[in-house]
Amino acid sequence: MDGYIHSFESFGTVDGPGIRFVVFMQGCLMRCLYCHNPDTWARNNGKIYSPRQVAANALKYKSYFTGGGGVTVSGGEPLLQTGFVYELFKILKDAGVHTALDTSGIIFNGNTRKEIEELMSVTDLVLLDIKHIDNGEHIKLTGHSNENVLNFAGYLSETGKPVWIRHVLVPELTDKDEWLEGLSEFIKSLKNVEKVEVLPYHSMGEVKYKNMCLNYALSGMQPPSAERVLNAKKILGIIK
Amino acid sequence: MLFKQWEGFTAGKWSDDEVNVRDFIQHNYKPYEGDGGFLEGPTQATKKLWEEVLKLSEQERRAGGVLKADTKVVSTLTSHPAGYIDKELEKIVGLQTDEPFKRALQPFGGIKMSEQALNMYGYELDPEIKYTFTHYRKTHNDGVYDAYTSEMRRARTAHILTGLPDTYGRGRIVGDYRRVALYGVDYLIEHKKRDKDLIDGDMTPDKVRDREELSEQIKALSALKEMAALYGFDISGPAQTAQQAIQWLYFGYLAAVKDQNGAAMSIGRNSTFLDIYIERDLTNGTLTEREAQELIDHFVMKLRIVKFMRIKDYNELFSGDPTWVTESIGGMGVDGRTLVTKNSFRILHTLTNLGPAPEPNLTVLWSRNLPSGFKKFCAETSIATSAIQYESDDLMRPEMGDDYCIACCVSCMRVGKDMQFFGARANLAKCLLYAINGGKDEVTIDKKTGKHLQVSPMYSPVLGDGPLDYKEVVTKYEQMMDWLAGLYVNTLNLIHYMHDKYSYEALEMALHDTQVRRFFATGIAGLSCAVDSLSAIKYAKVYPVRNEEGLVVDFKTEGEYPQYGNNDDRVDQIAVWLVKTFMNKVKSHYTYRGSVPTTSILTITSNVVYGKKTGNTPDGRRAGTPLAPGANPMHGRDKNGALASLESVAKLPYEYSRDGISNTFSVTPASLGKDE
Repeated sequence: MDGYIHSFESFGTVDGPGIRFVVFMQGCLMRCLYCHNPDTWARNNGKIYSPRQVAANALKYKSYFTGGGGVTVSGGEPLLQTGFVYELFKILKDAGVHTALDTSGIIFNGNTRKEIEELMSVTDLVLLDIKHIDNGEHIKLTGHSNENVLNFAGYLSETGKPVWIRHVLVPELTDKDEWLEGLSEFIKSLKNVEKVEVLPYHSMGEVKYKNMCLNYALSGMQPPSAERVLNAKKILGIIK
Repeated sequence: MLFKQWEGFTAGKWSDDEVNVRDFIQHNYKPYEGDGGFLEGPTQATKKLWEEVLKLSEQERRAGGVLKADTKVVSTLTSHPAGYIDKELEKIVGLQTDEPFKRALQPFGGIKMSEQALNMYGYELDPEIKYTFTHYRKTHNDGVYDAYTSEMRRARTAHILTGLPDTYGRGRIVGDYRRVALYGVDYLIEHKKRDKDLIDGDMTPDKVRDREELSEQIKALSALKEMAALYGFDISGPAQTAQQAIQWLYFGYLAAVKDQNGAAMSIGRNSTFLDIYIERDLTNGTLTEREAQELIDHFVMKLRIVKFMRIKDYNELFSGDPTWVTESIGGMGVDGRTLVTKNSFRILHTLTNLGPAPEPNLTVLWSRNLPSGFKKFCAETSIATSAIQYESDDLMRPEMGDDYCIACCVSCMRVGKDMQFFGARANLAKCLLYAINGGKDEVTIDKKTGKHLQVSPMYSPVLGDGPLDYKEVVTKYEQMMDWLAGLYVNTLNLIHYMHDKYSYEALEMALHDTQVRRFFATGIAGLSCAVDSLSAIKYAKVYPVRNEEGLVVDFKTEGEYPQYGNNDDRVDQIAVWLVKTFMNKVKSHYTYRGSVPTTSILTITSNVVYGKKTGNTPDGRRAGTPLAPGANPMHGRDKNGALASLESVAKLPYEYSRDGISNTFSVTPASLGKDE
């Protein structure tokens, strides 16, 4: 099964442990207001590659993975092309490469569960992006309910799959102590979380909206202050 | 021991009637595997002196770039009385002229350049000097232009050969300044006299030249002693203390910059050598760590204020006023011991004590086997100052051994054993356009005919409306490179003959072995532009666009093509082919004085100026826009992240580009990961 791919990054240092080859998949269902990659939204777009081609490309960098690195599939939403990612990860696992999946979990449901379970058998780490703990706010922010996301987190917890939780901190939209505390409580209920990361909002994606003639809802929004980032890290238990 | 100054050192070949600094280092240095915890901050004297330098720098900036310039006294080793910043405070002394920040008059490379430089900053060259250097004393520049062929002049006008050292000092020669400290000048003179006596028998032109040059070297060494005497030092014998060792060594370097205004005046590989003297004094209890750091701080301060009188275009070419006082630091020994000593830390610590500065160009010879304490210290200092250059010792050591240094930015030579004939570069992107246009320049107009200048002999151009045929273009490109390599090598042969004749680096060469290995250092510009252009012709459809003269002045490209910088062999192998092919063509020619041909891919900022003179290229680059620096991919075309880009560059064969490959790569700490 071939995949639609947006781009590759041969020197990924922020999406999982070590130096990582990152595959950005094309296509996403969510429309997060702060998304900095609107060019990955459209499905059936991008360039078409076979899993074997992508694996060959990634394996060129195997010598750089020795310090705990590997391959991360990100997007877009990789779970929209689960079959492709499964085949890719299978090849990589056979080659002894660490695999990480960067997902929002938004399409985890009864219909997709089996396929995703299969993918988990070749996935070493899930980078799970929880956009908002409050369902109403989640809908405002992304256009979707967070039910599937939280179910997916629960499923990963039950099966003991290593997870890094990531949360984008945006002034007004996600940066409120009450919400952060709620998120913190939820994370505490999970048994498999190895790391929690706060990703401060930045406006570097805005130019892409202009180029694509899209309206940027957060125009003029400033990144959170260093203090607020620190505050979020404290609430989420990253630092004391 | 021959000298009492050598007491406490372990003897070896170095002390047995030889000049052999490496052997001295190997027998006496103490590798250091610890961290930077022992380092000391600046003393009051250091702070005060540095404040004075900053004040002068500010005055210089306000004066438009030059504070003072000598217009009357031609710079020689002894032309100026002693000069100081603040005599009472300076632990290491010596200035290029009698005052700090006063630039010397150095007309032997070319009187026209000297005059132009002075005029640009509002100074008037003394008429008597001008008369002397136009009527009685010929310069390098005059010699070159007397001998240039008309083809060489055309290639220069059209900028297919660029930056040639035909109007200025060639530089890039690094004397082994450590010899002055270790042996003292008399010993060195003695050895040079012996070498001269050995050149006897049939007086061929080569032998006559060698004998004359050795006499010049001996005179220069005598002048070096006189120069030191002006500062109250007798350097006829070896240095006794660490302070003397640094002072003797610096006098050697100072003499070189008084003698030559070279494009790059690098200083060699000195810090570990000096550590041996510092260790001896520390052990004897005659020096403290604080004093040792002060000596190094004062030494580095002197290197920071080395200045030359140059034309403004030169500064534009290099985006600043670089002197390339490169000091090579660390590395590993061939016996597996690290060459890192405490003094490797001290010299890097000057970036903290005095604040960051581009000069001296502190260059760490990096190896995966360097002690981790040193690696960490380098990383911390780099993060704090952004002022360290790194080069791969693991790559250079196998062929160069463990006592080489970097001249300029990437060019390696064994200290005191190798020299080089700096050769600027040939523009291979423009050469590809010549292949398409039969050697007519796409930018330069022939003043006589009003048409585009025919630079090479009339080769057959590509005919028709395209698309361009890859095989045909490559065949023509090879033919054009045959022509270019030949012209390039011969232009350099001529230039260096004249430089030796009219602006011989007697002092620097006196600090080399007499039987020196010479490199013939050619260079390539526009590599990635040429490679992407060839890839476009091969994998996409490229249609030529002609002007009314029939000359191809633009291209229309249909379809996509693989671009260099994405770790894609389809195009990266074109780059490998191009480097090998051009180098092999260079090698096929006679090179001056038995020199070993090398090439480099290292334009660091001049790619902008070269791009200005290069027309539209088949890769889609517009006329006048920059070429990529060094071996970099074209700007914005490396779309798969840093490793893919670096891997493309890393495929270039170093053995075909022994004078160095550079890749300019900026990175913000955040893009290297999170610090949590």
